Amino acid sequence: MTNPIVNFSINNKQVKANTDETIWQVAKRLGIEIPHLCYLPEPGYRADGNCRACMVEIEGERVLAASCIRKPTQDMKVFTTSERAKKSRNLVFELLLADQPERKTSHNKDSHFWKWLDKLEVNDSRFSPKEICVADVSHPSISVNLDSCIQCNLCVRACREVQVNDVIGMAYRGEKSKIIFDFDDPMGDSTCVACGECVQACPTGALMPSSIVDNKGYGHTDIDKKVESVCPYCGVGCQIEYNIKDNQIAYVDGIDGPANKNRLCVKGRFGFDYVSHAERLTKPLIRIKGKKKELHPSIDFSNLHDYFKEVTWKEALEFASSGLLKLKNSDGPSAFAGFGSAKCSNEEAYLFQKLIRTGLNTNNVDHCTRLCHASSVAALLETIGSGAVTAPFYEVEHSEVIIVIGANPTENHPVAATFFKNAAKKGSKLIVMDPRGQALRNYATHMVQFKPGTDVALLNSIMHVILEENLFDEEYIKKHTLGFEQLKEHLKIFTPDKMAKTTGIEASEIRKVARLFANTKKGIIFWGMGISQHIHGTDNARCLISLALMTGNVGRKGTGLHPLRGQNNVQGASDAGLIPMMYPDYQLVNNDKTRKFFEHFWKTDLDPNSGLTVVEIMNAIHKGQIKGMYILGENPAMSDPDLNHARESLQKLEHLIVQDIFLTETATYADVILPASAWPEKNGTVTNTNRQVQMGRKAIQTPGEAKEDWWITNEIGKKLGLDWNYNSPKDIFEEMAKTMPSLNNITWERLEKENSVTYPCKSPTAKGEEVVFGDKFPIHGGKGKFVPANVISPDEIPDKEFPMILTTGRQLEHWHTGAMTRKASNLDAIEPEATISLSPKDIKSIKINSGELIKVSTRRGSIKTRVREDRSIPEGVIFMPFCYKEAAANLLTNSALDPIGKIPEFKYCAAKIDIVK
Amino acid sequence: MNNFFSQNKGALIKKKRRWKPKGRQVDDSSYKEITSLLAGIAIVRDELIEYLHLIQDNFGCLYDKHLTALAELMKIPLAEVYEVATFYAHFNVVKDSNLKASEVTIRVCESLTCEMFGSQEILKSLSSINNDSFNIVPGPCMGRCQHAPTVSVGKNYVDNANVDKVLKIVEKKEYQPVITNYIDLNNYESEGGYSVLKKFINKQISLDEIKSIVEKSNLKGKGGAGFPTFKKWEFVLANPEPRYLTINADEGEVGTFKDRYYLEKDPHRFLEGVLISAKIVNAKKAYIYLRDEYPLALEILKKEIKKLIENNIVEKNYIIIRRGAGAYICGEESAMIESIEGKRGLPRNRPPYVAQVGLFGKPTLVNNVETVYWLRDIIEKGASWYANKGTNDRKGFHSFSVSGRVKNPGVKIAPAGITVQELIDDYSGGMLDGHTFKAYLPGGASGGILPASLNNIPLDYGVKELEDEGCFLGSAAIVILSDQDKMKDVGLSLLRFFEEESCGQCTPCRVGTEKTVKEMKKEKWSKSTLTDLSIVMSDASICGLGQAACNPLNSIIKYFPEEFQLND
Repeated sequence: MTNPIVNFSINNKQVKANTDETIWQVAKRLGIEIPHLCYLPEPGYRADGNCRACMVEIEGERVLAASCIRKPTQDMKVFTTSERAKKSRNLVFELLLADQPERKTSHNKDSHFWKWLDKLEVNDSRFSPKEICVADVSHPSISVNLDSCIQCNLCVRACREVQVNDVIGMAYRGEKSKIIFDFDDPMGDSTCVACGECVQACPTGALMPSSIVDNKGYGHTDIDKKVESVCPYCGVGCQIEYNIKDNQIAYVDGIDGPANKNRLCVKGRFGFDYVSHAERLTKPLIRIKGKKKELHPSIDFSNLHDYFKEVTWKEALEFASSGLLKLKNSDGPSAFAGFGSAKCSNEEAYLFQKLIRTGLNTNNVDHCTRLCHASSVAALLETIGSGAVTAPFYEVEHSEVIIVIGANPTENHPVAATFFKNAAKKGSKLIVMDPRGQALRNYATHMVQFKPGTDVALLNSIMHVILEENLFDEEYIKKHTLGFEQLKEHLKIFTPDKMAKTTGIEASEIRKVARLFANTKKGIIFWGMGISQHIHGTDNARCLISLALMTGNVGRKGTGLHPLRGQNNVQGASDAGLIPMMYPDYQLVNNDKTRKFFEHFWKTDLDPNSGLTVVEIMNAIHKGQIKGMYILGENPAMSDPDLNHARESLQKLEHLIVQDIFLTETATYADVILPASAWPEKNGTVTNTNRQVQMGRKAIQTPGEAKEDWWITNEIGKKLGLDWNYNSPKDIFEEMAKTMPSLNNITWERLEKENSVTYPCKSPTAKGEEVVFGDKFPIHGGKGKFVPANVISPDEIPDKEFPMILTTGRQLEHWHTGAMTRKASNLDAIEPEATISLSPKDIKSIKINSGELIKVSTRRGSIKTRVREDRSIPEGVIFMPFCYKEAAANLLTNSALDPIGKIPEFKYCAAKIDIVK
Repeated sequence: MNNFFSQNKGALIKKKRRWKPKGRQVDDSSYKEITSLLAGIAIVRDELIEYLHLIQDNFGCLYDKHLTALAELMKIPLAEVYEVATFYAHFNVVKDSNLKASEVTIRVCESLTCEMFGSQEILKSLSSINNDSFNIVPGPCMGRCQHAPTVSVGKNYVDNANVDKVLKIVEKKEYQPVITNYIDLNNYESEGGYSVLKKFINKQISLDEIKSIVEKSNLKGKGGAGFPTFKKWEFVLANPEPRYLTINADEGEVGTFKDRYYLEKDPHRFLEGVLISAKIVNAKKAYIYLRDEYPLALEILKKEIKKLIENNIVEKNYIIIRRGAGAYICGEESAMIESIEGKRGLPRNRPPYVAQVGLFGKPTLVNNVETVYWLRDIIEKGASWYANKGTNDRKGFHSFSVSGRVKNPGVKIAPAGITVQELIDDYSGGMLDGHTFKAYLPGGASGGILPASLNNIPLDYGVKELEDEGCFLGSAAIVILSDQDKMKDVGLSLLRFFEEESCGQCTPCRVGTEKTVKEMKKEKWSKSTLTDLSIVMSDASICGLGQAACNPLNSIIKYFPEEFQLND
């Protein structure tokens, strides 16, 4: 404690405090309870001092003081228990109680407010109540009953200061003061993104998860148990707490994990009832003999039994494995491929790649990282020797300049976005670069809305300015990098004036942005799929790495390179070896030394050649080279580019095992379907975008005969003749850790205790290292390498026939192919239908109204869907989310690959729109 | 999944198909209207209230479509625009863009003095007239109590109003303020105006000399708190630059109209004081926060400041006028600062004090209009010119706003320490015919009420006899009540005022004023309940409004028990 100390007294007892402590905090530390309502002692919430429930008496002062906001001064004499203080505190509660509904029928009988009334023994109010206001039930997820509101404004702070979603306000004045959404609109019609931070902050039950409020408004707050875990959706890795009642998730709270500090988004808080959806697979299924596989899925849950028959686990496992063995005998190991999943645990990923590599003797094992950050990882490995982030996203707290490029974190990494917004509000400069406008722009000092596909031109011109104006960090470059001279030479031609035509960004703006970033020693760069999903995705990432290296913005406080990972365990699944050219921890399969290690460790011979990647596997099936697949939790029939082609491949497979919780589009091509576990139904670890390994815990039982994924893989392994006998994820973790130096000092026991540990970690008790590579990079003798990038155009540029640009992505409510989120009632209610987003101008020019049906076509296919008018879309661009099976955007996308990362160009292809008559 | 139906089941089943992004979206034509209205203005967050005025002055009201566009233009949340717009009484938010804005808003003052002179009847009669072209609302004290009752028609004020007078003004569409005679820059300078400021600038008189004169003069803040002016300077000077000066011209205390009087009569004496004050603390800028009820003063100040700029007496944009928008609470110094920052006028918790952390987080000097108004004279004529004007051992003088049941109400410059009886008899022409002096408010709505029997208390700051009665002088707004005034009605009027004007931030004041009014409306009063309300409000409210709101009630209970029934 470096702060000066203040000596003062509480209730005549001498105490010491730091100068930044409040009276309330000191009292709490001493075990003195002072009531509080508007003060929430949780991260991110400032004291406001408005409810006056925490008043204390200070000697010599005319009036009482709010202890939550008042700091002690030297020799101050504070009395928390004086009659005068108690009188006012109790009267505050009595005043508020007057307007509350009866406790028995209240929205939350266990609220913070009622608990304090109990403690203070305030049971009645003498004051006349106000008129009761009606409930706002317009939102599917949140019940708004302002008759319980005490105007403490915690929800306003939650919405505006903590999550910065900026929907809630306190409008009107005096006793008419009212919590409002936007312009006092119904919550369901407002800009609310349903992060639910307000619900978690509300001390009275005025804002409640609607899942536990019945139609009379009564809250059903009784629960059986609470289980701490991690969110199953994006790569942010928010820690959550399930509240379980009768083997059901009644509601979810955010807890104080390093990545989320109690915060959640709509998916993590309200997107859980998919686990109890009626269409969950509960019995193993085998395709009925002779039932044809159709090109586009016509099977759904309702006619499932026309195509598949229910079997026992014994039969199913026998069928699955014998199919594999038969092919192995006839066609050899290269006839197989496996897709693991970034939605499963580290243990499951490890076990799956081990099964493919040791049971089927092929390296043809990949997962959806190929579709998201493969190019980023390739560039990072090549230049700085590590594919993971160099700093956690919350490092922005210390950054002066933040670049967010090709990412839309308010939709895709909503909780990470809250930290960006916090930083921007505190004064950090935020530079957003994206062809699409987005919510972050309101907090940005610069919104660089460049033409799609011109990333390299843009970034090279920024670097050109930095060189031209001598703004680079010479010392850092000398000490920590290689290849600067070549880059310098290479960048000479990329003048901002010349590039302006390509990128659509004025040279003066480029210069401003370049100077801003080059002149800070605390700059951080975040990127997403907008960077990676191009045929020049690796080049895009190389440019960002060069930008960071030349300005010395890596390895220190407030600096870093951070590709925002998309799925809850895409980092971990990659770490665990679900990559065709790498064993766990990115150890190359074509390196004899590492292969020998694994051959020895796994006690079997291994294929010395790199395997095929996702799209390559699909192509190999087409060519008849691959005939059998085991797909665990992935949905290539939705997620792969050029679905007509991908689905043809799936259709052609002779033996397809699909292991999933629902009948996904991919499962409709299966020969055998194995009903698996949802995330809340099993134990296991996952690794988030920040390199934090976190513990997920089982909270509910799997439905019917569904099994945990690791168990199923283990059983198939046994059937394939492997000497396997894993009894728990813990067993697998322990084996996995032995092959992964990155997990040094991170044990299962430790994770059970601490919930989260960041790797690398230096000792069994040390905190993991969050910001890495301050001293050296793990490659090129410790030096980072500049790799120049040339401007190449996207694979398919607009022409007369297809004059527009189609770009795809996610939506806040839906995740990946929608397999889970579209079956989560709340998420489905908020975003129930596929839309394509167009600029108002384009809508006007084709003379339709938003909401009308329209046909979007590319060279690969066409789909019909309704139009959404969105001012953030530039003219000539079509945006489509890819989660809707009835309008699968990937029927249209281009499967051209980045030559290094092998990632398809989801973010750019030529398209056209036609009116539907 | 549950064994019950959720309250929100409808929303869950309904499924929201949306053809636009979530929530209100700006439409192009409204966006164009707003951008062209604000063209040439560098958009800054703290001027939100100014923009709202501009929009309302232009379109007659605040349509939601324009507010949406403004939020987009300013890159601030919709809720932030809405909560500010709805906080201030003078903004009329219209959520149906098809509704035509009424041509003019008519506000009937329902403050105590105007009520005593029949404003409620005027309000009733006007409200019964069915006419879409005007919008009739009650309003709090308009600072014209000597002409009670007052009605505003747009920016024009009808004094000693009646329904006919008001309708005539409406008919003639006379909505703008009528400029009256005042001392303009020429006249002011010809009488030696700005010579003190020039001396100060030219170092012919030093900061220490000025401080010493003002200290000796015993000048205290005229806004109500009565804090020695020189001491306030010292507090602000103890904090590092940049510093700001803000002038509180949000005179809203019931019965007070002295600041308006000075602003409309002798604006340069005030402005010279502003510039002297600003120079004393070396302020980066000087903000004048002027209540929206004083459009005439606004016009005069704008005109005269322009002349000052043209005459190189002040730099452009050094003095900034911010228009209030109808909120008494913004007379509270920290609420005023919040409002200058373009937010809702919520008083801040203290410490830190505004002298330390004020406007835009910087040390700030807050002075009342009248305080700076007298600076030139005090410095020019010497400390004793001011100090010697007191009586009954008090120093200086006050500008009493006298209204109510006297023959000759108005601003009375009278010695500090004068008694109310002397004010009535010697300054206000005695009681109105047929009225017997019964009680008086020594300091507006907050200063409590005293019976006529206590007519010999010296009126000044820090007078023990006053304070012992739970009363204070405040802004020296003296309202004289007579035998024809019922104390219960007086109390209710004042408490309704506080209920209406409470910002709503803290529980004791927000809920307390509302519950107190409910209790007072009851046939029988419960002394213990009312006392408890008074205790929690005075002990636990954030600012002076809540802390003082029960003063009139306590006075009535103490001095006029015969006028109401008690049930315990």
